[in-house]
Amino acid sequence: MRAFTRLDGLVAPMDRANVDTDLMVPKQFLKSIQRSGFGPNLFDDLRYLDEGEPGMDNAARPLNPDFPLNFPRYQGASILLTRENFGCGSSREHAAWAMEDFGFRCVIAPSFADIFSSNALKNGILPIALASDQVETLFALLYAEEDLHLTIDLEACSIQLPDGAMWSFTVDAFRRDCLLQGLDDIGLTLQSAEAIKQFEQQHEARFPWLFRDIAL
Amino acid sequence: MAQTLYDKLWHAHLVEQREDGTALIYIDRHLLHEVTSPQAFEGLTLAQRDLWRRSANLAVPDHNVSTLASERAEGLAALPDAISRVQLQTLDDNCAAFNVVEIPLDDIRQGIVHVMGPEQGAVLPGMTVVCGDSHTSTHGAAGALAHGIGTSEVEHVLATQCLIQRKMKNFRIEVTGELSPGVTGKDIALAVIGRIGTAGGTGYALEFMGSAIRSLTMEGRMTLCNMAIEAGARCGLVAVDDVTLDYFRGKPLAPEGEQWDAAEQWWRTLRSDEDAVFDNTMVLNGSDIAPHVTWGTSPEMVTSVHGAVPRLADMPDDTAKQGLTRALEYMGLTEGMLIQDIRPDAVFIGSCTNSRIEDLREAAAVLTGKRIAPSVRKALVVPGSGLVKAQAESEGLDKIFLDAGMEWREPGCSMCLAMNADRLLPGERCASTSNRNFEGRQGSGGRTHLVSPAMAAAAAIAGHFVPVTTSAAAPVKESLS
Repeated sequence: MRAFTRLDGLVAPMDRANVDTDLMVPKQFLKSIQRSGFGPNLFDDLRYLDEGEPGMDNAARPLNPDFPLNFPRYQGASILLTRENFGCGSSREHAAWAMEDFGFRCVIAPSFADIFSSNALKNGILPIALASDQVETLFALLYAEEDLHLTIDLEACSIQLPDGAMWSFTVDAFRRDCLLQGLDDIGLTLQSAEAIKQFEQQHEARFPWLFRDIAL
Repeated sequence: MAQTLYDKLWHAHLVEQREDGTALIYIDRHLLHEVTSPQAFEGLTLAQRDLWRRSANLAVPDHNVSTLASERAEGLAALPDAISRVQLQTLDDNCAAFNVVEIPLDDIRQGIVHVMGPEQGAVLPGMTVVCGDSHTSTHGAAGALAHGIGTSEVEHVLATQCLIQRKMKNFRIEVTGELSPGVTGKDIALAVIGRIGTAGGTGYALEFMGSAIRSLTMEGRMTLCNMAIEAGARCGLVAVDDVTLDYFRGKPLAPEGEQWDAAEQWWRTLRSDEDAVFDNTMVLNGSDIAPHVTWGTSPEMVTSVHGAVPRLADMPDDTAKQGLTRALEYMGLTEGMLIQDIRPDAVFIGSCTNSRIEDLREAAAVLTGKRIAPSVRKALVVPGSGLVKAQAESEGLDKIFLDAGMEWREPGCSMCLAMNADRLLPGERCASTSNRNFEGRQGSGGRTHLVSPAMAAAAAIAGHFVPVTTSAAAPVKESLS
């Protein structure tokens, strides 16, 4: 995983609540067995005027001029500003892969769905939950004339606004460490291999039926 | 100290509690399917890691399979969609390479992973169960701690048999009294989501309890727990009782003899203690719940079949107003419109929510001797597994559906998520027994109304939504023009 320490980024809006992972990556793209290449299909139904299918040349497809992520002013954005319950629905990690591939490293919202949040953190994307009035303030700044840039410092858990104001945010301490160091969960867990083995032996002694070989 | 059911399951699987609040939780059963596993197996291969415990894993193709008998007759290699074929072949190849037991596409036990799991006894009470699918919450109906996970977590469980988790909070949802005829687990789920919203359960384990829940069959409880994720909760739970034990006794992978006795002894403790403390509580009166229909593009946009689409003036704030405006535009509905004036032109009976034998019986009871309305152009019945299909056929249910003018398909996820060819056309409106009414979920531009199987069947006959109790008993109503 790519480490996340500090991000100086342009903010783009997704101004609606309950953005679901189906909207982020429509099902037809889940047929891919790859982990990469989903960026061009992020928000596919909203982003293009035609119906997307795997294998299309996305560069040749007609863009929806009314969809904010297509506006010239938001090109190169790495921070997505959105509303309540972002990432609800399906557990598809393709949604996080698409966000990362598109170039988003951070999402700011009043709240996130659990599974998306977990998937994002495992892919170097920082979900920041802020109070609703702070999110409103950011939307107001974003819709003002000037482009909105924020500086996010994960070490300090701070967001710096254009006027110099500093806001703090909280993030799970374990996930913060993993992000800061770009650590792989599996390697970390395998450091506890002995504890897992010991637990497993006790568990099997107590519940032997859970350890029957599956013979179907 | 008094414990909730969730607390008991958590502590029975706690490998390591860390100072930072995270914990390692041991996973008893890992279910896999073709869509969220290939990148996990690839990750293991790249890192040269092996499975921690091979026999914990069980795979089945379901999300991306064709449901046409004609397309499946010649096996996987003959499937017409080349991209899907590669994905399905990759599951077979990965299972062979890692020696994971797989129920292949041409096996009668193949089906939707959350139908197959309990049917085979691969899921049992007291287990921790994960799958790279959010509807893994289904298995909480068995008194199992079951959650959906992402692909990185699939890889993590394959390699370590553990999940890194933070303990969730406990949410008690009590449904008292008795359910009215025609009201199902689906309607309870929709009523709960309508109350607490799609984020109301975020961070919680939902435990459903009370007399109305106890009166549900195992399959009804599965439907209910299946939709816990639509309330934002990674898992739903129902305590173990005789209904649970009767369901699992004799299942192919269930313990037998002395092991069953030992298991039963533990399973009977799997309920919340009388004085257990919950972080949140909601009480509903079961007799107040009517059949429900979603009208919008989120499962929380739901009301009773006797209700109406809300009005903009009733929305509490601008975000809610914008959400309603967008939903109405997408759904092609007007504010204040009566639910019973909504006219589906497609019907889908299936999905991990409602494709089990009781669901099919419930729909067939409404459809017996009836024809679907001419305005309903597409009507699919997709059984949840080959065994459900065989059982339905032995009861003659397939004939009822076919005589009514519906299609009788092969098992799979089908039009719930429309990864295969079963999908709505833009603008098509569907009465669906599935779990999500998101924009484009059942096909780009498609419009979904979530209902129970009986409600879907009744709408198919009438050509518009009707309260199921009347339509099941009364002659077919003339369609409104």
